[in-house]
This record gives sequence, C-alpha cells and structure tokens, in this order.
Amino acid sequence: MSTVYVLVEHDGSQVSPVTAELITAARPLGEVTAVVVGVPGVTAALAPELAAAGATTIVAAEAADVAERLILPQVDALHTLAATTPGPIVVAADATGNEIAGRLAARLASGVLCDVVGINPDRTATQSVFGDQIQVSAAVGGACPIYSVRPGAVEAAPVAGACTLSTLAVPAATAKDVTVTGFTPAVRGSRPDLPAAKVVIAAGRGIGSAEDMALAEELADALGGAVGVTRDIVDLDYYDGAYQIGQTGVTVSPDLYIGLGVSGAIQHTSGMQTAKKIVVINNDEDAPIFQIADLGVVGDLHEVVPALIAEINARK
Amino acid sequence: MPAIVVLVKHVPDTWSQKTLEADHTLDRVNVDSVIDEINEFAMEQALQLRDAHPDAGYRVIALTMGPAGADETLRKALAMGADDAVHVLDDALAGSDLLGTTWALTNAINTVAATEEVALIVAGNASSDGAMGALPGILAEYRQIPALTGVRSVTLDGQTVTAVRDTAAGRHELTAQLPAIVSVTDKAPKPRFPNFKGLMAAKKHEITVLDTAAIGVAAGQVGLAHAATAVTASTERPARTAGDVIGGADGVAAAAQVADYLAAEKFL
Repeated sequence: MSTVYVLVEHDGSQVSPVTAELITAARPLGEVTAVVVGVPGVTAALAPELAAAGATTIVAAEAADVAERLILPQVDALHTLAATTPGPIVVAADATGNEIAGRLAARLASGVLCDVVGINPDRTATQSVFGDQIQVSAAVGGACPIYSVRPGAVEAAPVAGACTLSTLAVPAATAKDVTVTGFTPAVRGSRPDLPAAKVVIAAGRGIGSAEDMALAEELADALGGAVGVTRDIVDLDYYDGAYQIGQTGVTVSPDLYIGLGVSGAIQHTSGMQTAKKIVVINNDEDAPIFQIADLGVVGDLHEVVPALIAEINARK
Repeated sequence: MPAIVVLVKHVPDTWSQKTLEADHTLDRVNVDSVIDEINEFAMEQALQLRDAHPDAGYRVIALTMGPAGADETLRKALAMGADDAVHVLDDALAGSDLLGTTWALTNAINTVAATEEVALIVAGNASSDGAMGALPGILAEYRQIPALTGVRSVTLDGQTVTAVRDTAAGRHELTAQLPAIVSVTDKAPKPRFPNFKGLMAAKKHEITVLDTAAIGVAAGQVGLAHAATAVTASTERPARTAGDVIGGADGVAAAAQVADYLAAEKFL
C-alpha cells in the first residue's frame, strides 16, 4: 500500500482544523503518514487527534532550534522521508505551505499543484482558478507529486484507526536558513476567520468612513459572521488589510455574503463570487454587483443596515 | 558594482477576466497585459534599498521571462528607476511550469552574475496569474541562498538583511546574510509613480534580450511539453443570474424585506 505524506498544521499545542481536511484529501493516494515538525514534545500532544483523523503513521520531526527557523525544517523533514520512501506529499495551501510545496518539488524533481480543491486516486487533482471562474483537472508527474490543498475545500472525514509513532532527526540549520529573531502570534479576533466563515459582511467604498465600519461589524455580530473589506477600504485606511477580499487578499466562499456599498469590480468579486447567497445594499443601481446578487437593495446602507440589525435582533 | 535583481512579470490586467486557450494555457493574447502590480512594490523596495546605500553602489536590474510584449513591463520598471533591464525571450519557454520558469530565471540571473555580483533578488510574493507564490522559494533552492518571503519591510546593514513577515499565524522578524532573496507583499512601501524624465529615459534604454541558448538552458528543460504538470480539462463556471432588486427609499421597509429573505433562507 503506498504512502502519502501529510504535513501537520499546528500552533505548538493544538492541531489546526485544516489538518483533518488534509488527511481526508490525501487518503485516496494511500496510507497517511502525518509529519509533525516542531520543538521537542509537540508530537506527543498532537498524536491522539492525528490518529483519530486517520493517520496510519505519525512522524515526530522535532528539534530545539525549529522555533528559530522558518520553512526549511518542514522541507528538510518531508524531503528526507520522501527521498527514502517516495510518495505524494500533501500540505495546506497558504503562503507558507505553497513555499514548502515548491521547494519540495525542486528537491524531489516532481511536479507541484497549488491550491487544489480535490485529489483523485490516480494522482490527478481539481483546481478552481481565476476567482473560481474556471474549474480545471490537472495531472502532475514525478515520484513524489506535491499538492497544496485549499483550506475549507475538502470536508474532513475522520477515520480512526491504529497508529504507529516514529521519530525523524531534523538536519541542523545552515547558511541557507533565515533566522527568526522574533515572533508575535496574531491576535485571534472574536469573529470567525474570514477564509472559512459561513457568513461574511463586506464593506466597500460606499461605507463612507472608518467610523461607519462599525455598521458592518454590528451586522456581522448579529449574524455570527466575519467582516471583510474591498481593496478601496484598505487603501483608504478604514480597516486592516488582513480583511481584504479579492484578487489580492482573501478568497471567501460563505453560505451568505452581504455587500455594503460594494460596487462589484472584478478585483473584489473574484474573491467572493462563489458565495451561496449574495445580498447587496448599494445606492447606485448601476453597480455591477447587482448582476451577481440574489437579492439587491438600491438604497442608503446607513439607513437600511441599522434597521436590518434591529430586525434581526427582534427576530432572535 | 553589486546588483539587486528585481523579478517582474507581464500579466493579464487584474481588472479584466482571465481565460484559457484551447490547450488550457493562459490566454495572454486576447487580453490587456500590464506589469504585475506586486512587482511595482518589489521595484520600489529595491530602489529604496539602492538609494539608502549609495556607498554600496547597488545597480537595480529588472528581469523578466515572457513573450514579446513583456518588454513593456521592463520599460515600466526602467521608468520607475531601474538601472538596466533583461528580457528572457524564446518561444521554447511558452507553457513552462513553475520549475521550468524558475530554472530559466536562475540561469538568466547567472548571466548577470557573470559581470556583477548579485547581492539581492527581490520578487513579489506571488503573481496574479499563476498565483502559486512558490517561485522565490524554488529560486532559493536552486541558488542555495536564504529567502525572506512574504515581507512588508526590508532593511540592509552591510551584508545583513532583516525583514518583517506577516502571515495569518503572526509576525516574524527575520534576518539572513547576503546573497539572499526577498519577496514582498502589497503591505511593503507604496510604489512611486514614474516621473517624466524616467518615462523618457525608459523609452530609449537598451534592453538586453536573451534566448535559451544565451542563458544556457536546453529546450528539453522548459516549455509546455516538458512541464511536470498539465491541465487536461477545463470548464467555465456558469454565470450567476441576478435575483430580485428592491427599492430602499424606505430603509425600514427594505430592512424588513431583507430580514424576511434571510429568514426564508434559514440564516436567522
């Protein structure tokens, strides 16, 4: 039975939700070897959850200096494993994961497919590109094809079983490493993470002011959703760039997207056009966003939104 | 004079819709192409580093691999202030995958390095068309040098480069020794607009054009036929259709209708 390697995403003490998705996505390719790269002791804490998610083997690639390094420990560990026992490699598709995937492709002389939304037993994969405008089937060659999987694209389906644990020595840092001299973890907000949020309230230029972003926030809170913004809002300094949805920024695929004062330029829509239901409020009836909206309101969001928040709260 | 090489790419305008050709490669013909916006941030970062260290005598060299029209993007880089520009142009490169592209670029950089030391390579964190964000890391593998990727700020102090990287996980402070690769995000310093003098000079500046033979790359290492990945089929998503549009002159009434809709769709 062939082996497929999955790079475990974790924060040092907990397995990140995407890992279960990766293990599920990888299973058509073989028995899953979950690889944990971290400081000594991390794997022991994560092992039970990994076994429950469906890993057949867990490899602990631990070293004290991993905290001062970035990306290369993960690349070194997966490279060593796959060079010894060739097999496909599955990682999460984010900036770090995509870099790891590319570096492995170079080292293992294999192809790499980034941001796939599904992997087939014959090693082909599906990608959804150009703002989810086009779905493609892709083939990838080499003894160790690498896939980075879009978080949220594959539903995690845990399959618990027996699991063996092994260890792998992580090669020491070299002059090719960058040194991490400091790390400040991101502050987790109280709202859902944007990329995975089921409900997204997005504000565009029509919101009018930084203060009025509070309207978007209140509506998001009334519906238990996340707040996003267009490029314009970030350029105007009304909100942090981390919340930008679009060509450069986050791609969202929520069940419900409500756009407030969003015109619908492709810069933005390419990041949200697969939302199941799109509701928009904009006082410009010619705004392109109305062409993709399931429900559109031509009106002043500064009047409609407070009233909407009141209606929602009244119906709770 | 040490060089700072800036990777730039001629890409379909992000304000227009991208499409695929019959062979599933990106249509680069029937679309307006421009310098990838992130490359303007890379150019700006390189120019600021050059100008902050006049004693080092850095020369900024813009490099692209692309079809004939890609020289427009090099002219934009020159207009911003690049000292020189190199265009890797060869039909054999069409359809190259990530590894083939990076292989061609690293060999092109080697031709620059033959006459001047390449101290730093600056790239955007990801292109807007390929969007993999993996090239800078692979370049680091081929060149066996460190890469500080996805950064919002870069400083040089002699041979030491430091940078700040922001990801969803948090903020990393990074340091490495030159020669190194840096990739910047759009949180890096805002790009300057070229001035009239720059635009005029860019028009006349001679761009070095290199084919695969000139960079020492064999046809069998690049191009669509030798790619490690292939798109075998593509389908366009059906267009969304517009739903109801209601007038919002009466904000309260409109809000009630929206709430009814949300309730009907089980969001309340």
